[in-house]
Amino acid sequence: MIGKSQTRSTVGTQPASERLSRSRAATRRDLIGYAFIAPWLIGFLCFSLGPVLVSLYLSFTKFDLLSPAVWIGSENYVRMFTQDPRFYQALKVTFTYMLWEVPLKLSFALMVAMVLDKAIRGGAFYRALFYIPSLLGGSVAIAVLWRQLFEGNGTVNQILMALFGYKGQGWISSPDTAIYTLVLLAVWQFGSPMIIFLAGLRQVPQDLYEAASMDGAGAFRKFYKITLPMLAPVIFFNMVLQIIEGFKAFTPAYVVSGGTGGPIDSTLFYTLYLYQEAFSYFRMGYASAMAWVLLIIIGIFTGISFLTSKYWVYYEDDPR
Amino acid sequence: MKTTLASSPGMSPTSSVMQKRYGPSLARLLAGTLTRHGLLVAASFLMLYPLLWMLASSFKPEAIIFTDLSLIPPSFDFANYSEGWVALQQSFTVFFKNSILVAVLVVIGNVLSCSITAYAFARLEFRGRRIWFVVMLGTLMLPYHVTLIPQYVLFLKLGWIDTFLPLIVPKFLAADAFFIFLMVQFFRGIPRELDEAAVLDGCSPWRIYWKIMMPLSTPVLTTTAIFSFIWTWNDFLGPLVYLNDASNYTVPLALRSFMDSTGQSAWGQLFAMSVLAILPIFLFFLFFQRLIIEGVAHSGMKR
Repeated sequence: MIGKSQTRSTVGTQPASERLSRSRAATRRDLIGYAFIAPWLIGFLCFSLGPVLVSLYLSFTKFDLLSPAVWIGSENYVRMFTQDPRFYQALKVTFTYMLWEVPLKLSFALMVAMVLDKAIRGGAFYRALFYIPSLLGGSVAIAVLWRQLFEGNGTVNQILMALFGYKGQGWISSPDTAIYTLVLLAVWQFGSPMIIFLAGLRQVPQDLYEAASMDGAGAFRKFYKITLPMLAPVIFFNMVLQIIEGFKAFTPAYVVSGGTGGPIDSTLFYTLYLYQEAFSYFRMGYASAMAWVLLIIIGIFTGISFLTSKYWVYYEDDPR
Repeated sequence: MKTTLASSPGMSPTSSVMQKRYGPSLARLLAGTLTRHGLLVAASFLMLYPLLWMLASSFKPEAIIFTDLSLIPPSFDFANYSEGWVALQQSFTVFFKNSILVAVLVVIGNVLSCSITAYAFARLEFRGRRIWFVVMLGTLMLPYHVTLIPQYVLFLKLGWIDTFLPLIVPKFLAADAFFIFLMVQFFRGIPRELDEAAVLDGCSPWRIYWKIMMPLSTPVLTTTAIFSFIWTWNDFLGPLVYLNDASNYTVPLALRSFMDSTGQSAWGQLFAMSVLAILPIFLFFLFFQRLIIEGVAHSGMKR
């Protein structure tokens, strides 16, 4: 910074040769800088920017990999919104999933974090235990396990039978309940938001609680008046993160439904439908259009979250 | 003050004496602690039951898996493991070799390429640095679906389908922007005096990066390595899209095809292989627990 301002102030009075050597030094600096970011820059052009543009182009074409892409204008988008019930089904499934998963997971994470925050013996141990499902939850191994647990004669029904004498149905084979087994799988992985909440709770000044206690505030009042508002930025951060993750969910739905999104499309997640269109039916143009619609949906959600955040998220250093 | 009181007296031998002196309030604190522990133990059990049950079932004979809810198998019979290992056309030796190869190369790629980029963003002065940094952060928001199809077409044109290259090469080109971001944050925390002194001694940027920044950054490099490994090990979509031949399968793909091919008649073997599939991640967690949890706490890492 200092070097730059010096250059600017003295540049008029310098002899030409010195100016030249300075600009040479600047060029050298630029070259070194670009040499260091070159790998990333190449990767960015080949795997991010290029593909995004190509995918936008492909979304206006009919393309099956074998023959060259044919420009068909907005036909893919028109078909998607007017003639494709599976597209709406995929949206419905994804939104149902998120409507349950995000609030349940976050409230559960917050609840456990508040219990753990009370500096009890073995807190770190419990924290680690609760984090294990988050670590493993996305793997195929766990999806396989989930499929067994919620089968007609699977372990969950065995437990229900042993405890309550209730004969459960095949939770995964029934179109009414299949999606909720996946919601449960997601909520089971409440560990990462819990850890973020814990870190947030540590930042809440304890004197606020002490002052509130002096004034005779009860536990619930303290929660609503202190914990929630102080934690609002963390809750907000967790929520945005979970929404974006929710849109991306793929592996569990794929493995539990055997790649079909069944029964009767009841677990046809948006990403799963996109995958089917692209790699089962080889409708690459249509799948690209779907990808762009998803990009816009995620963009809108992130945008709304950020725009509304100023009304309900309170930052301590906010001059307001 | 209050919290230390709540947690310590229950364990000390003088607790009964103290209880008398402090009266009901201490008893209440103690009761609170006990209920809290009770709740936590119950919750942990509920959370871990599925995992423990899977582990137990991997030792049980097929006939009792669906009826036996116990977490202790009748005997530690490794038959499911030895039979499951060779149940598919290729043995799991092949799948584990593939998974390890891909994961190790991805770890190396991420650590090297992301740290070079992060060093440039954190320390070097060059024209356009700010803009590129913002662009890099922008790619964090980009869902992979948008790039998936064109990338597939690109790799198809290059003839890389059914090889590991599509899974590895992007990582050597710093495709995981998240780690760059993490490292930039870390590098900025390293005192500038160190590299300024090195510049005065005539050190080149490359030497500063390699001899000063890298050795000082082991925490963030380890975090990157651990998460790269775990994410790659668990990755399903990438291998699913790019690998076709069974001899190229990674462990998750093998598990999927195991489940499809046995028609769910060999749950014991399937569970045995699932246990082996998550074992490396579990071991990583045991050894690097603190780093992993700190990583999540600081950056909201999630997958």
